[in-house]
Amino acid sequence: MTKEAETKQLKVGTPVKAAEFSVKERSQLRIVISRFLRHRLAVASLITFLLMVLLAYGGAALWKYTYTDITPDNSQPPSLAHPFGTDSIGHDSLAQVLRGLQQSIKIALMVAVIATVLGTAWGATAGYFGRHVDNALMRLADLVIILPGIAVAATLASVGGGSWLTIAIIIGGLASATVSRVIRGVVLSLREQDFIEAARALGASDARIIFRHLVPNAMGPLIVNATILVAVGILAETALSFLGFGVRTPDISLGLLINQAEGAVRTRPWLFYFPGVFIILIALTINFIGDGLRDAFDPRQTRVRQ
Amino acid sequence: MIAYAIRRLLISIPVLIVSSFLVFAMIANSGDPLEALRVTNPPTPPETIALEAKRLYLDLPWYERYWVWLTNVLQGDFGPSVNIREDINTEIWTRLGVTLRLVLIAMGLALVLAIIAGVTSAVKQYSKTDYTVTFFGFLFLATPTFWLAILLKELGITANQVDGDPDSRIFYTYGDRSAFLDDPTAWNKFTDVTGHMILPTISLALITFASWSRFQRSSMLEVLGSDYVRLARAKGLRWRKVLTKHALRTALIPLVTVSALDFAGILGGAVITETIFGWAGMGQYLTDSIRTRDAYALMAWLLVAGTIVVIVNLIADLLYGVLDPRIRHD
Repeated sequence: MTKEAETKQLKVGTPVKAAEFSVKERSQLRIVISRFLRHRLAVASLITFLLMVLLAYGGAALWKYTYTDITPDNSQPPSLAHPFGTDSIGHDSLAQVLRGLQQSIKIALMVAVIATVLGTAWGATAGYFGRHVDNALMRLADLVIILPGIAVAATLASVGGGSWLTIAIIIGGLASATVSRVIRGVVLSLREQDFIEAARALGASDARIIFRHLVPNAMGPLIVNATILVAVGILAETALSFLGFGVRTPDISLGLLINQAEGAVRTRPWLFYFPGVFIILIALTINFIGDGLRDAFDPRQTRVRQ
Repeated sequence: MIAYAIRRLLISIPVLIVSSFLVFAMIANSGDPLEALRVTNPPTPPETIALEAKRLYLDLPWYERYWVWLTNVLQGDFGPSVNIREDINTEIWTRLGVTLRLVLIAMGLALVLAIIAGVTSAVKQYSKTDYTVTFFGFLFLATPTFWLAILLKELGITANQVDGDPDSRIFYTYGDRSAFLDDPTAWNKFTDVTGHMILPTISLALITFASWSRFQRSSMLEVLGSDYVRLARAKGLRWRKVLTKHALRTALIPLVTVSALDFAGILGGAVITETIFGWAGMGQYLTDSIRTRDAYALMAWLLVAGTIVVIVNLIADLLYGVLDPRIRHD
């Protein structure tokens, strides 16, 4: 190679680098997304879940009956006029299931948000400060974990009333104890690493280290956990509503619909099966999405090995 | 090991006390347990209400009431119930027996199912069996306890009616025992109670075993890939022996942890299952107490449940030592 050519190449600089690494640069997010997309079951589940959300909100707006409408047909089995049948009063069951789906999904998503935010703050504080703070915060988590969640939630919900937000706050608050343990574990292992020490040497405040350095590095387990929490949330809310301590009439949740159908499984089975199938579908798809995300974020933990 | 167990129990006492204080504060300020008495028609005489308030210590501020409650509990008395005809101590202990019978047997069944399913799944990885087991695991994981319980109950009723005779019975679908037995010998009582347990136990066990079989599968896979299992096979040990003696024992440790941690959840599942099958257990007592704002009954319920969860977790900790000789509790 001549000297001129050499200097020319050096001057341009970047093209050499580009030629050397012919693979396009990929961000962490892109890698995660492409890994997730390879997980077929997870992708199919994500699509199904999104379709259900669309059905719940779009479908309810388009359907000719609302959940409060009373039609002249009562106790009708599924037909073209009433795809999910009607109850003994004459409510269109499809409209009711869609409304229940809306409420249940809304609460479940809120549970995931509350539990994640609260649990992250809780676990990160405990893990980062260690010693007495850790001890106190983790004993507090023990305290929540040793009691049957449904019993505490039912007690609190009977005190706090039946608005959807109250229910989400109660379930989310209780679930955050479990999240805090997971996040604490991640933070404990990250805390001793060099980049945290470097940040501290640069004079970063505790809050900055926690929120700018620790939490982003715990993003993988955090997102996977948040996804699974949606399934936990929907199962908890429907159970609570079924027992009569969650969403109450005149509002509707999938659990409440099953409660009302309990006595009529024999005579009007459609009232019992449709809401149940939707709960199962939501929890099932969410679990598969969570599985796919877990594999995507941390291929080492892959449960179904490729 | 005994010293370790005692130390662990002592540590959990403050946790239980603090938690009881928080719960008490919440329940005590939640509403008036005498409301039902105040709105009767004809009106209840004010003297009666005042007497009731005194009996329930409602004349004291709530923190003093907590103190009275705590000193009573330490002497083994759970305090007065809102329902004057009921004694919380008798109620709790009889109902606890009913519920524990359900919970422990369902848990045992779930463990056996989970181990069989998980191990088969892992040994025959990617086989049809594996996929079937995995499918059902995911399905039951997503199924609400109450829905499955109602479904099984209805299936039981259908099975009972299959021969057209309304009196024939294969499954019991209501109550934890028959109210009346023609011939109440010990054996008949036993079969009666067992008959009533079948459907509730199955529904609780199916929900519980789902996540455990997933755990058992992955921990078994991990152990099967380890060097010492390969060595055992290379030495020419029989495969069955390698599985049971070498692999399974180690692979059980995660399941012990998970099942103990899930115990509180199973207790919650039992509340729902009992409600559906009409058992006079802890579940019914909980929902009744919440409805009547029976603070002392709720406190007793939560305290007993919390204590049992603590004990179960302690047993799990001690079991590690049995399963894994490297773990020592000093």
